[in-house]
Amino acid sequence: MDFTFTPEQDALREQAREFLAATPEPTWAQLAELGWTGVSIPEEDGGAGLTFVEEAVLYEELSRALYHGPFLSTFALALPALPDDLRAEVAAGEATWTLALGPLVTDLDTAQRVAIVGGDGIYELEGAEREVLTTTDATRPLGVVRGGDAGRRLADSTVLPEIEARARAALAIEACGVARRALELALEYAASREQFGRRIGVYQAVSHPLADAYTQLELARSLALWAGWCVATGDAQAAVAAAAAKAYAADAAVAVCETAIQTLGGIGFTWEHVLHRLYKRSLGIQSIVGSGTGLRAGVAASLLDGERGIEDEGPVPVSISQGG
Amino acid sequence: MDLRDTPEEAAFRAGLRAWLEEHLPEELQGHRGGAARFDGPAMREWSRALYHAGYIGLTWPKEYGGQGAPYAHQAIFLEELARAEAPPHVGVIGLGMAGPTIMAHGTEEQKARYLAPILSAEEIWCQGFSEPGAGSDLAGVRTSARLEDGHFVVDGQKVWSSFAHLADFCILLTRSDPESSRHAGLTYLIVDMHAPGVEVRPLTQITGEAEFNEIFFTGVRVPSENLLGDVGGGWQVAMTTLLHERGTLGFALQAALEVQVRKLVSLARDRGADPLQRDRIAHEWSELQALRFTNARALSQLVKTGLPGPEGSISKLVWSEANQRVTKLALELLGPDAALGEDNAPYGGYWQHQQLRSRGNTIEAGTSEILRNIVAERVLGLPKSR
Repeated sequence: MDFTFTPEQDALREQAREFLAATPEPTWAQLAELGWTGVSIPEEDGGAGLTFVEEAVLYEELSRALYHGPFLSTFALALPALPDDLRAEVAAGEATWTLALGPLVTDLDTAQRVAIVGGDGIYELEGAEREVLTTTDATRPLGVVRGGDAGRRLADSTVLPEIEARARAALAIEACGVARRALELALEYAASREQFGRRIGVYQAVSHPLADAYTQLELARSLALWAGWCVATGDAQAAVAAAAAKAYAADAAVAVCETAIQTLGGIGFTWEHVLHRLYKRSLGIQSIVGSGTGLRAGVAASLLDGERGIEDEGPVPVSISQGG
Repeated sequence: MDLRDTPEEAAFRAGLRAWLEEHLPEELQGHRGGAARFDGPAMREWSRALYHAGYIGLTWPKEYGGQGAPYAHQAIFLEELARAEAPPHVGVIGLGMAGPTIMAHGTEEQKARYLAPILSAEEIWCQGFSEPGAGSDLAGVRTSARLEDGHFVVDGQKVWSSFAHLADFCILLTRSDPESSRHAGLTYLIVDMHAPGVEVRPLTQITGEAEFNEIFFTGVRVPSENLLGDVGGGWQVAMTTLLHERGTLGFALQAALEVQVRKLVSLARDRGADPLQRDRIAHEWSELQALRFTNARALSQLVKTGLPGPEGSISKLVWSEANQRVTKLALELLGPDAALGEDNAPYGGYWQHQQLRSRGNTIEAGTSEILRNIVAERVLGLPKSR
């Protein structure tokens, strides 16, 4: 077993962090130039032919930077449904997509094209009217589509479980990116802010919740990376791993952000500090593509209702579908 | 990143699984653990069988009777023991604490004398660190060791010492300089538990069992060659012991939690669970996987760089609280049967015993408060609280 990143993956993370620090609002063309629009797309379709693990590195760094754009919707939601020619367009940076898993459509403000599920297929939606809604997390607006026609048939709906697992693994690792930055901000503050003549990180009422936040984050990250690896390799446990990871990591990110806000006191509660934006992103992650309770109900079903349980190698892989 | 066994790891796992199937005595399967239950010849025999099959001291160097195998084998060994519900080797303190400390600080004579019998379960060890006045604050140790014509004369009292009632030797932290305070003036000794002046009194705990003990030392003469490290350098040696206590523990704890969660799932399958209980079962299963892969990340980091990742420091903290929640959830699933005593309770009172025992988990081997301090100060770099 090897649970470390390769030097190439580490280099990708470093590149991403540096680029996003310098360019907090990158254009799609810039992402394409960096090769990020084809990371997990096969080389014959113009991509880099890497795996979901490399893509996961980008989800983590993009969410840390509170990136606003159709990256998650294109790669975590739509990509598995796209035929080769459309993937090639995506890899070349010429097209962005989203997929409507429910009535509220992710990244509808920025994604160029929309796919919908209808009957036993997934189709491109053509000629629809879009309404972008305001969302608590302003970095990931949702919207609704009205009217329009089903255009090209893109894939069978049998690809949906793969899409859900991919989206959940991506959101789990996004949650870790958000939580890491919130924790770093809280640690910086606790190590420098003084009250009663001492730095507040000295007080265990401050430091122990931060130790717990770190603990939750590391546990969440282990689950998220496990889920990412399962998705990358088509492992039989991908569905249940992604469900468990998304439920756990989203809750952890929310909790870490809340601890961070509390640590910063009044400052953490203000509009101008970045913390509330990280917090809102974590809340947004919690809400979409399966709620915590819904996902855990699926995990429980795989443990308790299948033919065999974890007495053997692990839970029975089941499709855990919560939609939206 | 590849989370599967390598072909070599898979072969080791398969061989071990087959061996366990053939050799694990039925009466030891489903063993509850805990020092009180390590007593008796069956456990010694089992430990010896594990040793002779080459499964003990996997990561110890070959020159000390170990296997010189990669860390991953130790992780697989503990995982498979858990899966088979087989009890571990009886020499927990020797293998996990005394042995590594002797390897790091011992003389060649000490290594030759003490290490092999730890592996073969011929000699059992206990730990004499905590005292009535020195618990989490270990630097408050007062048990004295006076150097007198080639011997240390030891007087004092130790407490919370698991296995002391079975032990042949004790790793003992003493104060050799009566004028010293705190971390200075401490000396680390190997003490023969059968020597005159050593008295062990079992302490009955919340479960009604006596797993740990008080040890009283009255004028106990310890030969000076039983010194480990330097006179006055006991604190550094003790830190090696504690590092190993928490460091090698991660996979054993994960394996123990895996057994509990498997049993919890099978309990819920037997007796049913309502939707709220199912939600909690799913959460506990998820956290077990999280712990498992957190340990795996720390291990991979260790193998690759020689330095353990900071993730490893949270294992015991997470395990102890998870075990408390899991055992309590099991009692809830039992409904009114949870109120029954061991003789009448379903599953032989397993869950009642485990739930009570679990309260010790957040106290023993570093309280959760101390562990949170360690995470805050050493991992997160927050200012020191003391």
